[in-house]
Amino acid sequence: MDPQTIIAKRIARELRSGMLVNLGIGIPTMVANHVPSDVKVFFQSENGLIGTGAIPEQGMGHRLLTDAAGQPVTALPGACTFDSAMSFGLIRGGHVDITVLGALQVDAHGLLANWMIPGKMVPGMGGAMDLVTGAKRVIVAMQHTAKGKPKIVNKCTLPLTSERPIDLVVSEMAVIAFPGGRATLLERAPGVTTEQVVAATDAKLAIPDNIPEMQL
Amino acid sequence: MQTVSAATAVSKIPDGATLMIGGFMGVGTPERLVDELVRQGKRNLTVIANDTAVPGRGIGKLIDAGLVSRTIASHIGLNPETQKQMIAGKMAVDLVPQGTLIERIRAGGYGLGGILTPTGVGTVVEEGKQKIQLNGKSYLIETALHAQFALVEAFLADYLGNLSYALTARNFNPVIAMAADTTIVAAEHIVPVGLIAPDHVVTPAPLVDYLVTNG
Repeated sequence: MDPQTIIAKRIARELRSGMLVNLGIGIPTMVANHVPSDVKVFFQSENGLIGTGAIPEQGMGHRLLTDAAGQPVTALPGACTFDSAMSFGLIRGGHVDITVLGALQVDAHGLLANWMIPGKMVPGMGGAMDLVTGAKRVIVAMQHTAKGKPKIVNKCTLPLTSERPIDLVVSEMAVIAFPGGRATLLERAPGVTTEQVVAATDAKLAIPDNIPEMQL
Repeated sequence: MQTVSAATAVSKIPDGATLMIGGFMGVGTPERLVDELVRQGKRNLTVIANDTAVPGRGIGKLIDAGLVSRTIASHIGLNPETQKQMIAGKMAVDLVPQGTLIERIRAGGYGLGGILTPTGVGTVVEEGKQKIQLNGKSYLIETALHAQFALVEAFLADYLGNLSYALTARNFNPVIAMAADTTIVAAEHIVPVGLIAPDHVVTPAPLVDYLVTNG
């Protein structure tokens, strides 16, 4: 299984029927492809849609029905649309149960940097700061390292997205949570050892006695 | 409300004006008004919008033509031309979290001086802003935004100027329609009064100053 599929499948297991879920672009978007068939969630697109469906077949898109990247999507039965003030009221007001976002860095306390690299990449924060500040649960979907360098660092060197710590990191190697503000290894990916996770992580990890393998 | 051509509507906009423009990655942007701004060569504009779309589309056309001297937006990452002009110092760009941006616009239209938001606390966004404690939580004071003109794209407009919107093309449109001195609307369909049921009117007619005629 490729790294992105491992991450998306594992995060899909966090979803429960009835949840309102916002997926960021990249690996987070792939989570929608792995939702168990008996779990019915509402996906939000922050441009003003709840009930976001799959990408339409070629030639079946509607130019006024798009996702937050401006790409055509479909709407499921029961979908609804609204303006951006309500969309971010849903986000900041704590009505979104789970948001799944990408990351540039996550630190030992769960603080996230995911929106700019000074001098290199200044795209704007879009909705990321509101999502991390307001969603009930923030899950980061990311590859464990970038160009061999750990992305889970002792302290973020890049600008933070929020002062609110995230709840969970899922990488192709591990599941890490932050109980009591401390990065803690919860699960290993199939075939990955605790030592390998520790070696690929810059932040000091709390290691419980029993670290089960990820269920995918 | 007056019905006017796109050329007449845009002729009301002076160089140096501050414009709020609807749309999210070009979806729900009044392209006809944007095209007319380019044709009439309005210069030194300040644009308040969610994003600057991509080159050749929506607000991206204004950027391509070099008509914008300042942009207030939440995301410019998909428009390399915006980034180029920003880095070259040709255009100032203020990046604002999306929820804060829309709420500052809403505040402007609703007669509020600003809003208190937890978004941005503890980040670079708080630089230069007042931070206050309320019930044990920190909030930034974010000031209201107002514009001289709002350029709105609706799906249906009736002869009076009542508006409704379609799907994800609603986004910033009904919010900016309240936050400008003059609101100019282009609609996909102009329909008889009564065709938009009272419960389905999103923007009430008195908010609309100019409705651009179709055809």
